[in-house]
Amino acid sequence: MDAFILQVLNGLDKGSAYALIALGLTLIFGTLGVVNFAHGALFMLGSFCAVTLQRILSLSYETIDETQLDFLGNPLKVKSTYIESWLGKDVGLAIIDWSVPIAILFAIPVMIAIGVIMERGLIKHFYKRPHADQILVTFGLAIVIQEVVKYYYGANPIQTPAPDSLSKALDLGVMIGFDPNAIIYPYWRLIYFFFSMTVIAGVFAFLQFTTFGMVVRAGMADRETVSMLGINIDKRFTIMFGIAAAVAGLAGVMYTPINPPNYHMGMDFLVLSFVVVVVGGMGSLPGAVLAGFLLGILESFASTAWATSLLPGINQIIIYLVAIIVLLTRPRGLMGRKGVMEE
Amino acid sequence: MLGLNFRDRSLFFIVIALTVLAPFILNPFPSESSLAQFNAGYPDLMQRFVIFGIFAIGFNILFGLTGYLSFGHAAFLGVGSYAAVWVFKLFTYNVLPAIILAVAVAGLFSLLIGYVSLRRSGIYFSILTLAFAQMSFALAYSVLSNPKFNLTNGETGLQVYADDPQWLHRDSLPDLPHLFGLSMRSNYQLDIGAWTFNFNVGYYLCVVIMLIVFYIAIRLFRSPFGMMLRAIKSNQQRLNYTGLNSRPYTLAAFVISGMYAGLAGGLMAAMDPLAGAERMQWTASGEVVLMVILGGAGTLIGPILGAGFIKYFENIFSKINDQILHQWFAFLPDGLEDFLVFIIHPFIGKGWHLTLGILFMLVVIFLPGGLVEGGQRLGKLFGRRKKTEDAAKDAANTPAE
Repeated sequence: MDAFILQVLNGLDKGSAYALIALGLTLIFGTLGVVNFAHGALFMLGSFCAVTLQRILSLSYETIDETQLDFLGNPLKVKSTYIESWLGKDVGLAIIDWSVPIAILFAIPVMIAIGVIMERGLIKHFYKRPHADQILVTFGLAIVIQEVVKYYYGANPIQTPAPDSLSKALDLGVMIGFDPNAIIYPYWRLIYFFFSMTVIAGVFAFLQFTTFGMVVRAGMADRETVSMLGINIDKRFTIMFGIAAAVAGLAGVMYTPINPPNYHMGMDFLVLSFVVVVVGGMGSLPGAVLAGFLLGILESFASTAWATSLLPGINQIIIYLVAIIVLLTRPRGLMGRKGVMEE
Repeated sequence: MLGLNFRDRSLFFIVIALTVLAPFILNPFPSESSLAQFNAGYPDLMQRFVIFGIFAIGFNILFGLTGYLSFGHAAFLGVGSYAAVWVFKLFTYNVLPAIILAVAVAGLFSLLIGYVSLRRSGIYFSILTLAFAQMSFALAYSVLSNPKFNLTNGETGLQVYADDPQWLHRDSLPDLPHLFGLSMRSNYQLDIGAWTFNFNVGYYLCVVIMLIVFYIAIRLFRSPFGMMLRAIKSNQQRLNYTGLNSRPYTLAAFVISGMYAGLAGGLMAAMDPLAGAERMQWTASGEVVLMVILGGAGTLIGPILGAGFIKYFENIFSKINDQILHQWFAFLPDGLEDFLVFIIHPFIGKGWHLTLGILFMLVVIFLPGGLVEGGQRLGKLFGRRKKTEDAAKDAANTPAE
C-alpha cells in the first residue's frame, strides 16, 4: 500500500507539468484553433526566466578587503552582490535563496508579453492557412527560440536550486500512519503539485466566473456569432494566448529545481504534452488536466522495478502506447467534445 | 523515351548530369585556395546529399501528394539501418541483400504503422506518427538492448564485430561493405592542376539507386495513382462521396514513402556499417520535413534541392568560424569589421540550426512552395523563361492546395 501511494505521489509532479503545458496548449487550440508546436519552447522560456532572475539577483562586484589576506599574502578580493549591499546581508541572501519562487512574479509579465508578441507578430497570419502550415511555422519558431537560448545560456543544464528550507524531504508516511521512512517526499514536489493545482483552478475560475472568461468561452463555442455581436473577440483571444503562455511559463519556473533547465527541455516535454492533449481530448480543458495527471502517474507506475523487470523499458513507451490505444478506440479522447477536430 | 514527356525527361537528365558530375560541380575551388572550405566534393558528404535526397523524395510522395504530414518518418530510416547492419553481421558484407532487406523491413514496419495511424487524418495523424516514432526510438534506445535480447545495442549503436558469424563471408572479399567485391570506400582521386576530384564507389552506387527511385517517383507522380493521391489532398471528403475508399491509396503512399526511407537507411548503413537510435528521433523526422518544405513540397525536384541545400549549408556553415569571418571582412574598417563579425557570429558554426530555423520560418511564411516557387517567382520577375528547368518545375508544381 505504501509503495502504491509513493508511486502516485511520484507521478504527481511530472503529471502537474504535463497538465499545465497541456492546459495551455488546449487553451490556444480551443480559442484560436492553432496547433502550437512552440508551446514547449514557452515552457522552456519560463524555466530560463527563473535562471535569468537568479543571475540578475546575484550580480556582484568585487571589493578589496585590506584587513584579510589570501594565502599569497595579497589583500583578499571579496565578492558581494549588489542586492546584499542595498538591502543588508540577511535580506539579500534570503532573496537570492528564494529566487525561484520570486521568479513567478517576474515570469508572469514576461511570458504574457512574449505570448502576445508571438500571437500578434506571427500566429495571427496563420489562422486561414492549413493546420500543416501552422505546425510547420511554430515548429520553426520552436527551433529558433531553442537555438537562441542555447546561444546565450549554453548547452548544459543549469542548476537552479529551490530555497534551502524547502529542499528537504517530508516523511509523509508517518502522517498517515505508515512506518517512518516508508514514504519520503521532497517538499518542493509537493509545492509544485499544489502550485499547479492553484494555477489550474485559477484558469478555470477565470474562465468560469468573470465576464471576460464568459466572452472567451462564448467565442470558443461560436466565434462568428460573438464577433457579430460587436465584441472584439480577436483581442480577447490574443490575451488568452498570453495567459496560455504564462501558464506554460509558470510551469517552467517552478519546475527548475526538479529538473535543471537546458535548452531542449521544451521539445522533450512538447511531444509528451501533445500526447496528453490528444488523450484528454482536443479542445477539452478538464480533459487535458485529467490526462496530464493520469499519464504522469501511469508513467511513474511503469518505472517501478516490478514493471521494468516484467517488461524492460516499459516506462519509456507506456505513454505513447496509451495514446495510440486511446486514439484508436476512442478517437475523441477521454473528454473530447463531439465535432471538435474529429478529422 | 522512358515513358516520360519532354519536360520530365529534361528534368530527369538534368538530375542525372548533376549527380554524375557532382564530384566536379561540388569542387569548384582549388584544394589549396582559401575558398576550398566551400568545396563539398568529399565522398562522405556527397553520399549524404544523395541519401537524404532519397529520403526526401520518399517523404514527398506522402506529404507532397496526399498532404498527410508525418512526423515519424525517421523511424523507417532507422529500421532500415538496423536491418542492413544485421545482414552485415549475420550473412555478408555485400550491400545488395542488406539494402533489399532494409527496404523490405521498412516496408513491413510502415505497413504496420500506416495501417494504424492512417485511420486518423490531419493533426491527429501527425501526432500519431510522432508517437510511434518516439516509441520506436525508445524501443531501439533502451528496451530492445537488454542483455537477454540485444537487437539494437542501445546507446553504442549496432555495429559489426570481429566475432560475428557472417556465414556467407569469404576471405577474398574486403572486410567492409562491398558490392560483389568492389569496396564502398574505394576511391579514385583525380588531380587536375590545383584541383582534386574524388570519385567514390559508394557515392556512385547511391547515385544509381537514387536515379532509379527518382525515375519511379516521376512515373508515380504522373500515374493515375498519383492523380488519386492529389485528389485526396485537395478534397478527401468529395472523393469519399464519389464512392471511393481513399484509405488503400493513402496506405500505399505511406508504405512507398516508408520504403524510400528504409532504402535511405540501408544505404546509410552500407556507406558506414553502423546504426544508432538517434537516427530515429523525432528531430530527425523534423529534418526531412524541413528539407521537403524548403525545397518545395509536391514538386519533383524540390525534395532533392532541399536535401542538398540543407546538407550543403549545414556543412559549410558549421565550418565557418570568427577567424574566417575576420578574413572576409578584412577590407572594412576595423570597427565595422568587428561589428559585422559580432552580428554574424550567432548564425555560424554551432549556430547553424538557428540559421536553419529562421530560414525555415521565412520559407513557410513567405514561400509556401519552397525554393522551387522562389525560382519560379524570380523567373517571372525577370520575364524570361528558362526553358527546360522551369518548364519542368511548372509541370511538377502544384503547390500546397
